[in-house]
Amino acid sequence: MGALSKSDIGGFLARQGILVAFVVFMIGFTIANDRFVDPDNILGVIRSSAILGVMALGVTFVVISGNLDLSVGSMMSFSTIVVLDLHDKIGPGLAIPVMFAMTLALGAFIGFLVGYLKLNSLIVTLGMLSAIHGLTLTYSGGKNMDIVDKEGTWFGVFGQGTALGVPIPILIFAILAAVLGMTLAKTPFGRKVYAVGGNGVAATFSGIRRARVVFFCYLMSAFCVATAGLIQASRSLGSQNTVGQGLELEVLAAVILGGASLMGGSGTIFKTVIGVLILGFIQNGLLLVGLQFYAQYVVTWIIIILAVWLDIAAKRGRLWSPIA
Amino acid sequence: MSDQSQGRPPVLRLANIVKSFPGVRALDDVSFSVMPGEVHALMGENGAGKSTLMKVLGGIYQPNEGQIFVDEQPVVMNTPMEAKAKGIVFIHQELSLAEELPVAENIYLGELPRKSFGRVDWEKLYAQTNAILKKLNVSFDARTVVGDLSIANQQMVEIARALTVDAKAVIFDEPTASLTDAEKVVLFDVIADLKSQGVGIIYISHRMEEIFRITDRISVLRDGQYSGTLTTADTDEDEVTQLMIGRSLDLSRNASHHELGDVALEVRDLSCGHLYRNINFEVRRGEVVGFYGLVGAGRTEIAETLFGLREPTSGTILLDGKEVRIHSPVEAIAHGISLVPEDRKGQGLVLGMNCRDNITLPQVDDLTAGPFVADGAEIAIFDLYRDRLDIRTPGWRQLVGNLSGGNQQKIVIGKWLSMHPNVLIVDEPTRGIDVGSKSEIHNLIRDLAAHGYAVIVISSEMPEVLHVSDRIVAMYSGELIKTFTSEEVTEDNLIQAISGIRSDSAA
Repeated sequence: MGALSKSDIGGFLARQGILVAFVVFMIGFTIANDRFVDPDNILGVIRSSAILGVMALGVTFVVISGNLDLSVGSMMSFSTIVVLDLHDKIGPGLAIPVMFAMTLALGAFIGFLVGYLKLNSLIVTLGMLSAIHGLTLTYSGGKNMDIVDKEGTWFGVFGQGTALGVPIPILIFAILAAVLGMTLAKTPFGRKVYAVGGNGVAATFSGIRRARVVFFCYLMSAFCVATAGLIQASRSLGSQNTVGQGLELEVLAAVILGGASLMGGSGTIFKTVIGVLILGFIQNGLLLVGLQFYAQYVVTWIIIILAVWLDIAAKRGRLWSPIA
Repeated sequence: MSDQSQGRPPVLRLANIVKSFPGVRALDDVSFSVMPGEVHALMGENGAGKSTLMKVLGGIYQPNEGQIFVDEQPVVMNTPMEAKAKGIVFIHQELSLAEELPVAENIYLGELPRKSFGRVDWEKLYAQTNAILKKLNVSFDARTVVGDLSIANQQMVEIARALTVDAKAVIFDEPTASLTDAEKVVLFDVIADLKSQGVGIIYISHRMEEIFRITDRISVLRDGQYSGTLTTADTDEDEVTQLMIGRSLDLSRNASHHELGDVALEVRDLSCGHLYRNINFEVRRGEVVGFYGLVGAGRTEIAETLFGLREPTSGTILLDGKEVRIHSPVEAIAHGISLVPEDRKGQGLVLGMNCRDNITLPQVDDLTAGPFVADGAEIAIFDLYRDRLDIRTPGWRQLVGNLSGGNQQKIVIGKWLSMHPNVLIVDEPTRGIDVGSKSEIHNLIRDLAAHGYAVIVISSEMPEVLHVSDRIVAMYSGELIKTFTSEEVTEDNLIQAISGIRSDSAA
């Protein structure tokens, strides 16, 4: 083996850049603040990433099928507000299934528009982002939603409880990741999601019902959003109307960071989980080294750009090229 | 070679070019020259080194050894811009035009004529452009928006762009891939024109008919090595093929010698708007029916109707004597109809998926163990068709996008054979495929018929249709002109039928 040439290093960075950057960040954070590697801190990061993570699992399906879902943030607010409101009206045992049904209905509507009517997913879900926000505000009358008897309900278990010492949100995230990961990697449906996203026309020519596959991807996404909303509501037992605002971009960042292509056809649940953790740890690390909380929005954007750049660079095998 | 080139030095000469990549010698001592006013064909199977050679000529790769001469001056080209400045110009198969801009701005993109203060000199731009367009004898002008032009005319814009420099050698890479016959004639006129101006032309194509129609000499590459140059007038397809693949290609008539079975598919009075009208034909088990006609004659549209991609406006389809209605590919597949589509990469394959998954895609729902896809069953299907079709791939994990065109086509065929169809429709089975794979695919189609499949082959290549078919349906402008048996068909009566010339026998 000779010495590494400049292009070898460029190629390696292009392929593994996200991991390299992650390791560099982690080492930097550890040096800057020894609390970063504290087990409590690490568990805390994973726990607070769980909501984002659960949403990212569903969006992974949508992105691999070649579409986008920008509605998940405001849909999560909707789920949270609805379940909190219904909790006091019909009790938690009924509130949860009704909230899931309502959220799935929204997902089905988006799936119908994008799958069967073949409307552009960016336009549809960007529109739904604002439409669902309006729906939530109409539902709540603009007021914050709070459970009245916070001490007397078991509803807090999904957000605050632990099982065998593991926080329930982490458990939900892990189980859902395992189930959806198997669904995507091992089932006929998962295979069809890759085919539809990789080449929708060829999928149709192979007898795959493309519209139905896309429809179910959005349903999957809505199911994950409802689960995230449940965890969120259960954690704080009260919520603002805007609790999920901006999450759609963080979710997308995590999915892209994991290596799913925005063009569709590639990505895995495992990689998305890695993307979620990277995002969580970097945001946490930046807080610990003293970066102001609001600067995180900017940092998230920078990470997205970095991820997209590395995605393109990996395809052409070097960091920069004169031709696209 | 045209007379004027006698005694003049070559415009372009390659001397002992070697280009190596780690582990591969992509070009091994390649030498040939292009004379002024000569159309020089460059042929070779996929992977023979044509693309690498073109990249060397285009300044994208630098040769490890050897020298390129332009007008007998040694040249070194480090970028595509330098190659263009030396007078070496490419007309690519895939067009690279800004569709929203007018012709003139496309032609002078980056080099617009200027007035004071950097303003564009529009008058000069349009005048210069129209002067070039006039040479090409085209029907559009400098102000036409490129997106409004046909593919053939867009290609003319590319050619016009090539002519803005003092071109010594123009390289055409598969220029007729998406042209109709009429458009080809115009292209060939332009090439003849360039020739008469003393430009040297390298013409890359898989289509023998074109090669013999317009070229003066033919140089052949095989496995990265130069395997010889032939004078077109003194050679024939057989000799060229031998140089390319090291053996000759059997293109003889090939009607079935086995007994035909029952009628698998019958079509009665099928019409679809203006696309095709009153189509009647039948296909028996063990029979290959060829559909021949010009692009736009309605052949692909009939296939799409049978596969549930297009609703007919009237008429009936019978499978094994029973009338069926097919509204989607899902229903077509359920009825045992399979379609190997015309556009391999666009319609046939998911390029980013591996070989195995592409083959099993239509039946993935049925290959399960519990809720999961059964890995073993899938690999067994892949292995079966890899062996049966001789698909050359390092393994089932290989992404289909990394295979050669011929192997990709075999994957598509394997995909549909694994469905055990009653009727197999193959649309343009060998488009863009090298000669060796072509003959394998022809043999395969014949073999399928011998095993009792009912096969429809749609093709725009007459030798292919004649070679594989038991009967040939000739179409012209949406009408079925005549069905020929392999005994009565000749090249002449077939050409007449598909050109709309009704001979007595066709009436």
